[in-house]
Amino acid sequence: MIAVIDYKAGNLTSVVKALNYLGAETEVTQSPDVVRRAQKIVLPGVGHFQATQLLHDLKLTEATREAAAKGTPFLGICVGLQWLYVGSTEAPSTDGLCHFNGRCERFPAAWKGAELKSPHVGWNSLEQIRPDSRLLRGISDGSFVYYTHSWRAPVSEDTAAVTNYGGAFTAAVERDNVMGVQFHPEKSSDTGLQLLKNFLEM
Amino acid sequence: MLTKRIIACLDVRDGRVVKGIQFVDIIDAGDPAELAHRHAAAGADEIVLLDITATHEGRATLIDTVRRAASQLFIPFTVGGGIRSAQEAEAVFTAGADKISINSAAIARPELIGEIGGAFGAQAVVVAIDARRAADSPDPVRNAEVYVAGGRKPTGRKVVDWAREAEDRGAGEILLTSMDSDGTRAGFDCELTAAVSAAVQIPVIASGGAGTAQHFADVFTRGKADAALAASIFHFGVTSSRALKEELAKSGIPMRLPC
Repeated sequence: MIAVIDYKAGNLTSVVKALNYLGAETEVTQSPDVVRRAQKIVLPGVGHFQATQLLHDLKLTEATREAAAKGTPFLGICVGLQWLYVGSTEAPSTDGLCHFNGRCERFPAAWKGAELKSPHVGWNSLEQIRPDSRLLRGISDGSFVYYTHSWRAPVSEDTAAVTNYGGAFTAAVERDNVMGVQFHPEKSSDTGLQLLKNFLEM
Repeated sequence: MLTKRIIACLDVRDGRVVKGIQFVDIIDAGDPAELAHRHAAAGADEIVLLDITATHEGRATLIDTVRRAASQLFIPFTVGGGIRSAQEAEAVFTAGADKISINSAAIARPELIGEIGGAFGAQAVVVAIDARRAADSPDPVRNAEVYVAGGRKPTGRKVVDWAREAEDRGAGEILLTSMDSDGTRAGFDCELTAAVSAAVQIPVIASGGAGTAQHFADVFTRGKADAALAASIFHFGVTSSRALKEELAKSGIPMRLPC
């Protein structure tokens, strides 16, 4: 069973639908116990980083840490990826999981002398895919995925792929069983389905 | 590189497509769910379904249509037409839409933008604007006016001002239809699109007037559009969204290819 954590940050229908389409059994939950005994955990989420405060309030942070420590595969999507970091300038008083180093920041207003529109919405390409990434197995540099966000995670040693928009940011992050993607695999056509399939096969 | 989006639009009444893109390799089966899948397979970057049903019975059909269309659609899916409250929006989201598009209802009660955005995120709210140039004004583009009721009723509001307000209230994207160009196949209104695009940070989807691949190239470059809607086009000499995108890529427009 895959626990899909519901913390009231947008619509979970699409994520659940894609996982079910690939044959996975899902349980949408706010329960720390369900998260602890899940075979895999998915943390979706769009919108404001502040919404992740509910994860602390519902004691899901500890449950996630415990599950991650015993090796349960974890996938954060969009704000779900951002939550894996120390925090975000979008809601400075709300801590992230602190699993990965770095803090999420807004896109710069300008890049290389030109105005940079934000949010970053649409199809952009994955670059510098780490050859050892399990999540991105079978996906090649230049593959397109669908984004919609205004904050982004910095590039670090845990970055599994980058996308360029106002400079490079972390498109996918992966260290052992904990991973995240800034884009929406459930809306990224065949590339996104391949990624979800890779996750389900872990 | 962030690509420009080609969005396939289906106009639906009582659960049937009444106007859609009529590419030669896609025969209109009449069923919006089936057509949405075919467009996704043919390279469209996104699907917009606009419901023009007027009756109450038709609304129930819409939810069923959205559910069937969304069930195996793994690209962004926007649904618009007749959504007047956050509750109505919720029913459409639950059926599987990723974004909803609101037009007249947002003009009538602009708070609706924030209400839906607050519950489902700004990225899920597309504000559709039907625009007409102010032909008698010294600056017809800056003074272009917002129309409602299918482009029949003037509101007295300037398009650029309304687009800015919609953004401030939490819209995630603007779908700008030029009523002057719509149906002409003489090209998008690039000046108006550029004016709106310069006024807001959120993406602007251009609609109305597409007739050739060059028209799309123009609205992406001169019009500064982030995306363009392809609806009811059957004379531009290409056979699918994929072929259109390949043509545009040749002129240097960034496109999601292969797709």
